[in-house]
Amino acid sequence: MTDTTTDIYIRPEFEVSKLETATNVDVERRLSLIERISNINAVRKFTILLGLVAIWEIYTRIGDVEPLLFPTFSDSAVVLWETLLSGLMLEKVWVSLYVLVLGYIAGVVLAAAFLVFAVMSRIGSDFLSTMTAMFQPLPAISLLPLAMLWFGLGVPSLVFVTIHSVLWAVALSTHTGFMQVSETLRMVGRNYGLRGIPYVFMILVPAAFASILTGLKVGWAFAWRTLIGAELVFGAASGEGGLGWMIYEKGDNLDTPYVFAALFAVIVIGLIVENLIFRNVEISTVQKWGMQR
Amino acid sequence: MSDHAVQPYLREEFEGDEIGEAVVGDVERRLSVWERISNIDAVRKFSVLITLVVAWELYSRIGDINELMFPTFSATGTALYSALVYEGLMTNVWNSLSLLLMGYAIGVGIAAVLVVFGVWTRFGSDLLTTLTAMLNPLPAIALLPMAMLWFGLGPAAIVFTLLHSIIWPVALNTHSGFMGVSETQRMVGRNYGLRGLPYIYKILIPAAFPSILTGLRIGWAFAWRTLIAAELVFGGQVADTSGQLGAEGGNAGGLGWIIFQNQMENQTPYVFAGLFAVILVGIILENGIFRNIEDRTIRRWGMQVA
Amino acid sequence: MSATKDLTTEAAGVTPAAAAVEPVLDVDGVTLQYKTKEHLITATYRVSFQTYPADRFVILGPSGCGKSTLLKGIAGYLHPVEGEMRLKGNVIKDPGPDRCMVFQEFDQLLPWKTVMGNITFALLNGGKCETQAEAREIAYEYIRKVKLDRFEDTFPHMLSGGMKQRVAIARAMAMEPDVLLMDEPFAALDALTRRQMQEELLQLWDDTRFTVIFVTHSIEEAVIVGSRILIMSPHPGQVKAEVNAHLHTHDDVGGEDFRALQGRIHDMIFADRVLEEETQPQHV
Repeated sequence: MTDTTTDIYIRPEFEVSKLETATNVDVERRLSLIERISNINAVRKFTILLGLVAIWEIYTRIGDVEPLLFPTFSDSAVVLWETLLSGLMLEKVWVSLYVLVLGYIAGVVLAAAFLVFAVMSRIGSDFLSTMTAMFQPLPAISLLPLAMLWFGLGVPSLVFVTIHSVLWAVALSTHTGFMQVSETLRMVGRNYGLRGIPYVFMILVPAAFASILTGLKVGWAFAWRTLIGAELVFGAASGEGGLGWMIYEKGDNLDTPYVFAALFAVIVIGLIVENLIFRNVEISTVQKWGMQR
Repeated sequence: MSDHAVQPYLREEFEGDEIGEAVVGDVERRLSVWERISNIDAVRKFSVLITLVVAWELYSRIGDINELMFPTFSATGTALYSALVYEGLMTNVWNSLSLLLMGYAIGVGIAAVLVVFGVWTRFGSDLLTTLTAMLNPLPAIALLPMAMLWFGLGPAAIVFTLLHSIIWPVALNTHSGFMGVSETQRMVGRNYGLRGLPYIYKILIPAAFPSILTGLRIGWAFAWRTLIAAELVFGGQVADTSGQLGAEGGNAGGLGWIIFQNQMENQTPYVFAGLFAVILVGIILENGIFRNIEDRTIRRWGMQVA
Repeated sequence: MSATKDLTTEAAGVTPAAAAVEPVLDVDGVTLQYKTKEHLITATYRVSFQTYPADRFVILGPSGCGKSTLLKGIAGYLHPVEGEMRLKGNVIKDPGPDRCMVFQEFDQLLPWKTVMGNITFALLNGGKCETQAEAREIAYEYIRKVKLDRFEDTFPHMLSGGMKQRVAIARAMAMEPDVLLMDEPFAALDALTRRQMQEELLQLWDDTRFTVIFVTHSIEEAVIVGSRILIMSPHPGQVKAEVNAHLHTHDDVGGEDFRALQGRIHDMIFADRVLEEETQPQHV
């Protein structure tokens, strides 16, 4: 490197007339069965899950644990099974999901209305961004005391806070999504004569779908958390309700296997919504369109 | 198309020798003052805010509204002022924030350990993804009743619940951020001799920073919501033994507790004042801290916001 | 292998000092394998070659001949299952700053560091410099060499593709490695920029006479950039031939000799696999 006069070392050319055939190694070989099985994510994760359950069971059985404070896995599973059979669990799940779906749909519809308004005019856009900036950082649950004052102890209060938790998350994310739609796509849409509502639904919505979906997911996560929290607060104040109330009541009565059974139910609902519903929407839209990194 | 008798019209070439002066008008002109002011975002948004406040005040004054159900803006403002000055609202804010910060710091620490473990071995990575997949969908607040059984009615129960709300989103996003670091950047890091911890904080962390920041933000949002909810539940639990939280007399709870307490006592303007405080804290944390970090890091580096 | 070496030293027309020349890099019977989720794939089979000081050594071959894998092996990211690679006599075990790599992908620059930061990052972490000031000085020299002096404080996302590759080249060259490894560095650039970058690379080589191993699948690029071309055959990658190309640059593209060499290489690569190529679907 230092010697800048280094010359190239010129050596004769050669060509191999006949290539050796690879004998001692396979050019391409399937991995062994064990290697392939351990490469399957589901298998490894399921094994870990079983391991964790086993640790829990052994710890609560052998360790000196007060069963009222920390039930064994088997007790919790049995309770879950029994409450499923007796219909108690399904009833609680239904009560919670009913409020959730009601609030979620109302929240999304309201958000859509705000958004159409925001797309049409600059005033609407300013109004929406000011409102989301104000209300997005406000935990919906903190409106529960007011909601109880306005609507009394009952479903309307729960729906009110659920709407609040969904509305701003969805509106914020969708609005940012709309603003980030590329100028080229906008021009393409207008080139082909789209105006007004068709323009929103045929260009803006699909182009911003990744953000919309994020908003819907965040909205769901907030709504689910808010609802469970609200039912807990209601539990403290009134004495009826869905899964959140069940967790609260059974915890108060030291029926801890029931608490864990209800927690299982909450997790399962969460997994279903996130991995079945949202995941599938994602696969058949943004992933299919190659819009997701 | 079928008729190929149409020929391109061949015409003479030319080259302009001098470009004439623009006669259309100004080549570049400043917009009028009015146009320029109305192009400032802050001005427009502030006007929207003022309008909303005026509408609220008029509605609650002129409309036939029960003051207990919906106080006027001015009553709320007065309540906020007196709560701040005479009733130690800042103490309540601090009570909430100190719990939040404690939970946040511990939670991020635990998440970091989990993620490092997850980066090191495939078993760690599997364990982490399984745990987050199971526990991330579980609202932290649902653990509060168990936490109250295990730790009693006190800050420990709340911090435990907060931890749960922070660890999983932070760990999930950080881990998937690390997994998504491009093979090229990994190879660059190793090419220049980075190994072990320096490799993590000089390559992986900056490269995955968009995801990490998203995780920290979601963690903060969940924690803030969980904290307020937990304080409300506590409010319901200890409704008449006011201020059991810190056992320092009448004013030891957090913001959630203040909201609950004032609602029970029908002090609606104070409930609104409490809500204002919650919004302000949220805006300061979100815009003052996270927004700032984002501007200084990933926006400056031209990385995409995850 | 030793038989071939003897032959070369005897050959006529060799530089007088040639007998004393030691190879910088000696790749000796290297077989490389990697695993996908389902399969174990042999990328190269018993590949041997030597690179000498100031070589512009091009590894040329069609997709799937393992040339990029081979380069990653030399860089130390992969370990051979058979044979060994020696850099100045030392067996290569791990990645290290004595072999700096320039990748095809634009994201090889760390987006959180400026142009200057990317180069000083390499100098400081690679153990070339102790102090920030020293690193900045060296970095600046190389930034000037690749004609980016006005952009030293710019973040990579503000640069064009060609500028990014120049920064990557400057970063690798600033380390003054024993051998510079380039993995299709110009493949993602537009035709005009690519040509310009090739010229600049040759210019830089003229200035400092570094040793470079350059992987490409373009015969034209190989003849322009290379002084010595290693031709590989695919599935698994094996050495097919080595030819000299030190006489050719941009100036004689399209000239008779140039086209003759191009044709010869083309025939070597495609002779036995014309049919195969035609029936295979085109990969992107």
